[in-house]
Parts: sequence; C-alpha cells; structure tokens
Amino acid sequence: MTTLSQLPDSAGRFGEYGGRYVPETLVAALDQLAAAYKRAKGDQQFQAELDELMRDFVGRPTPLTFARRLTDHAGGARIYLKREDLAHTGAHKINNTIGQGLLTVRMGKKRVIAETGAGQHGVATATACSHFGLECEVYMGAEDVRRQSLNVFRMKLLGAKVNVVEAGSRTLKDATNEAMRDWMGSVEHTHYILGSVVGPHPFPMIVRDFQSVIGHECREQCSEEFGGLPNVIVACVGGGSNAAGIFYSFIEDENVRLVGVEAGGRSLNLGDHAAPLCHGEPGVLHGSLSYVLQDEFGQTAPVHSCSAGLDYPGVGPEHSYWKDQGRVEYSTVTDDEALDAFCLLSELEGIMPALETAHAIAAAMKIAGAMSPKQTLVINLSGRGDKDVQEAARLLEQRG
Amino acid sequence: MSCRIDEIFAELRAEGRTALMPFVTAGYPSLETTAAVVPALEQAGAHIVELGIPYSDPIADGPVIAASMHEALLGGVTPRAVFDLVRQLRSQTKLGLVAMVSHSIIQRMGPAQFVAEAAGAGFDGLIVPDIDIDSAEAIRKPAQDRAISFSLLIAPTTPEDRIGRITALCSGFVYLLARVGITGEREDVPDLTARVQTVRRHTDLPITVGFGISKPQHVAAVTASADAAIVGSALVRRMGQAKDPVAAAASFISELAGSLSPASPR
Repeated sequence: MTTLSQLPDSAGRFGEYGGRYVPETLVAALDQLAAAYKRAKGDQQFQAELDELMRDFVGRPTPLTFARRLTDHAGGARIYLKREDLAHTGAHKINNTIGQGLLTVRMGKKRVIAETGAGQHGVATATACSHFGLECEVYMGAEDVRRQSLNVFRMKLLGAKVNVVEAGSRTLKDATNEAMRDWMGSVEHTHYILGSVVGPHPFPMIVRDFQSVIGHECREQCSEEFGGLPNVIVACVGGGSNAAGIFYSFIEDENVRLVGVEAGGRSLNLGDHAAPLCHGEPGVLHGSLSYVLQDEFGQTAPVHSCSAGLDYPGVGPEHSYWKDQGRVEYSTVTDDEALDAFCLLSELEGIMPALETAHAIAAAMKIAGAMSPKQTLVINLSGRGDKDVQEAARLLEQRG
Repeated sequence: MSCRIDEIFAELRAEGRTALMPFVTAGYPSLETTAAVVPALEQAGAHIVELGIPYSDPIADGPVIAASMHEALLGGVTPRAVFDLVRQLRSQTKLGLVAMVSHSIIQRMGPAQFVAEAAGAGFDGLIVPDIDIDSAEAIRKPAQDRAISFSLLIAPTTPEDRIGRITALCSGFVYLLARVGITGEREDVPDLTARVQTVRRHTDLPITVGFGISKPQHVAAVTASADAAIVGSALVRRMGQAKDPVAAAASFISELAGSLSPASPR
C-alpha cells in the first residue's frame, strides 16, 4: 500500500484529488517542470545550493520558541512557536520562491510570473527574482492593490512589475486566472512561481517539498528541546502551503495530532467564509480537483476572511486527501477570534503574528487548554503581522 | 444512433467543402439574443455553432470572452438555462450545436448527469478545454453512449506521442489551437499546413482550428488545410458593441463564410 508521504502518484493524484485540469497548451510546460524538478531533487549540487541559500539568504533554520506566557494563559500543554515570521521577508513564502527561483535558473528561463493576494507571495517572488537576476511580473487584483499598497511599493522597489487585475472579483482568484493566462502565451521562456500547494501537478508537490524544510527543522528542534515529537501541531490553511510544510514531516507519525485551521470569516453562509475543507465540496479550480467553495453548477463562490492570505475559495489537493483519510483535522476560526489572538500573542509574547497565523493561534489556545502540562503543542507561526497593523487597527476600531 | 456532427462533416466532405464554426457565449448579452442569433448564424452560412457555457474562471479565454462570461453569470445564466435554450433552438435549426464547457461544471454536476442533460436538451457535442486527459474516459464514455461528439484541444506545444493519445479520445472532430496563448483577436495567423498534416497522421477525424481566427483571410488560410475554422472573440466583441447584435453577427459570419476554402484533397 502507498503511504501518505509517497504521494502524489505519477499522474499527480493524491487519491482522487489533484491532477491537471488545464488547457492543453500548459501541459508541456508542466511536464518540463516535473522533469526538471525530478532531476534537481536527485542532484546533490542543487540541494547544496538550496541549503546554502536557505542558510545565508533566507536565514534558516528559524527558531523554535517556547511561549511561556501563552502556555500559562492557556493552562494546559506547553506551547512552542515555529518562527517562520523570522525568515527573510517575514513569512514562510520565501522557502518556496527561492526553491522555484533556483529551478527557473536551471531550466534556463529568464522571466518569472506570479499571482499574489495580500502581496506576501508577490514580495517573496520579487525578492527571489532580484536575487537571481530574473525578470519578474506579479499579478494582483485591483481590490487587493488598494488594500495592500505597501506591498505593491515593496514589489516595485524589488524591481518587479505589478499588473493590476480588473477582471472578475478583482482578488486572488482572478490574479491567479491572469497569471495562468499569461503563462498560456509565454510558456516557452517564462516560469510561473505558484505560491501555494494548489494548481495543476507538479505544483502541489513542488511547493510542499520546498516548504517541508519547516517540518524537517521542527522535528529536529523538538527532539533537542524535549526529546521527542510534539503531541499536536496547529497551522492555518488558506491554499495550505505553511500547513503542508510543517505537517508533511510528521504525516507518518500517527501519534502526532495535526490540526489545520481555515478562515471562518463572519458567518458560515456561503460568501462569508473561506473554509472549503470544512464547508465546501470536491470540485475543480485552477487546475486541480480538491475541496472548493462553489455553487451547485461549479461556479466559484465569493469568499471572505479578515486575512487576505486565507481569502481563497480553494485549497491544496493533498489537504483534501489528508482530510478524507482522517489524518489531519480541519476546523475554523472566525474573524473575531483571529483578531483576539492577534492581540493576545502581541501582548503576551512580544510577537505580532500575521492575521493568517492568528487563526492558528486561536485554535491552538482552545486545544492546548484541554491538554496536560506534560504534553506539547507546536504552532506554525507562518508570518509576522507588520503588514496587518493597519487592517487590525481598522477592525478593532470597528468593533469598538 | 447517428451523430449530427459526423453527418455534417461527412456531407461537407462529400461536397468538397470546409466548415465555419462560430462561437458565441450562451446568454451574452442575453439568453434572448443567443436564441435569436443561432438561426441567424445558420442563415449566414455557419455549419456548427459552439455555445460557450459561462464559467467563473475561464483561464483559456482572453478579455473579450472572459468578460462576456462574467456578464452572463451576473445575468444569472446557469448550465440548465443553457440546456433550456438549446431545447428551444433544437426545433428551429439543423445546425450542429456544440457546448464549450469547463471541466469544473461537468465535475460538479457529475459527468454522466451532465452528458445526459446536454444530449437530452439537443446538444450534438462537447468541447472540454481544460480536461485532465487521464480522467477523460468518465466523459468520453457517456458521450459515446448518447452519440454526441467529444472534442479535446491539441496545442502547438503538444508533443506528437500525446497527439495520438488525445485524438484517440476524441469523436466528431479535434480542436487544433492555432497558437499558444489565450483566445482573442490577432492580426495574423501562422501557417498550420505542417501541423495539420501531423495531426492527420493520427486521426481521420475532421480537424478544426481556433484561437485568434478573426478575419476572412484567416478563415481562408486555415481552411486551406484544416476542415473548419472557429471564430470566437471577433464575433463576441462585435455582438457586444453592436446596437443590433444579431444583425452584426449575421453580417460578419456571412462575410467569413464566403472566405472558406474548398476542402483540400485527402
């Protein structure tokens, strides 16, 4: 029997999920990418270059921090934070863009495109392209450009061109459509750095692998810190790349409870949340079969979250498989609970988390409180909250 | 059961002619307009009409068709509304009616259910532009059972061994992309003679060509080697801009139909 860590299969499937639901024009590029990645994965020189970049440019390994006051506050399990907020550019996104950037250089392509929602993946992509000397164009919805003007400035400063997308709902989903449309016409000389474990095969696998450095490090650090594996790991899930990155190294350890946290938004009505695993159904979006929020005819539904990085109607196909297999639990946290957790971690630990990450913290507090002080819980602190300060201030004022 | 698409191409082939296949977005600018434009396209010399079922995220489509789908969806056009439209049109036209439909819609309704409803309404075929060919059998089989055609795309980037895999799944006709990139009007059309010959080595099915076919001389050029020309964005744009979309569509298609080349000797 195939074990969980051996997926996807050769057709890019995690069980029934995944695959390549894309126009034929892109299939050759996906095959080329899969082949280039396979060679790179087996090439010691590529791995050595990547390791060096992770250490000297990204700043890895990121620490595992014991959260003493948060632990006292929850009154249960010992809580540790895997500090992806301390990676260069302030989030886990850079792990993937550096990996794919190096792959782009190997494939001999000179131009990179990317989609971005809040701008974190856009900034991480622009950073990698600047480092490697690649031309970079980022697609961003007009609505997100307005909400995240600082990240737009950052990307431009890093030498990227930002293409404002006016189509559809003018957010991440539409930016992804436009990036794929660009790629339809530019496949021969352009690489598309997709930002999460979504999209057609081999993207979900490649992004997971580049992000799995989080879990590898965490495993070693837990061993050094308390001589074993953690009892619980909690991570937020939008597309699902930080969660996949930390879960993957523990997926075969059945005693480690894995919890993914989706955006519960303002209500459980369709359009008010961004929780496809908890409240969606299997369907096709952006090239793969996975849980998705759609209407009864397969039209993508509108979504909402206070956190732009979780504001996406789809999720990575591997998460869908983990859900159906019962290996990972998925739950939701509301906008309000996330905002509380954003404040709580800032006050108690001196760490401002991203609003995305705040969802994981809120869920973890509930879980840790019901555990014994002899047990341990790790939160993947996927990103820092500086980008969200204005939005948090606005939401807190609104709440009064 | 016989398939109307096969009959249309057989008849044209016997007469030494090629086909014109206009694409319109179903429900754009309204369902009433689509109902009126299809018979007008037949009058103007079209042989098969592709009806695009509006989808929220059509990644193969350029701005014109993507915006038309967005607008149709805002107007509340669902796949079932398109089936009702086809049911109504079926008694008025002998045209082949083919649905251009994204996999997401088929997946959500279930392939067998979707094909049954589409065929039951009077569709003669399906084109699925974003299929995973490893899972194509789930649609191909019910389409075969209901005697409707099932057509997939072949791209300029498709390697030859894969062309054989794709054509083996198709019935009715194959859809050859004239170029990389998305749908939309272009100034020129590449010479496809060699590419058409390559595809013919793998299949006897008619070869249709689309993406960027916008002018009479493009229609003449592609039908010099292929069996049909598909025209989408250029038509949808005209319909969107005209005061009388039906008249605008008819006059444009009539002009293009006059530019079809005779069938090349086989």
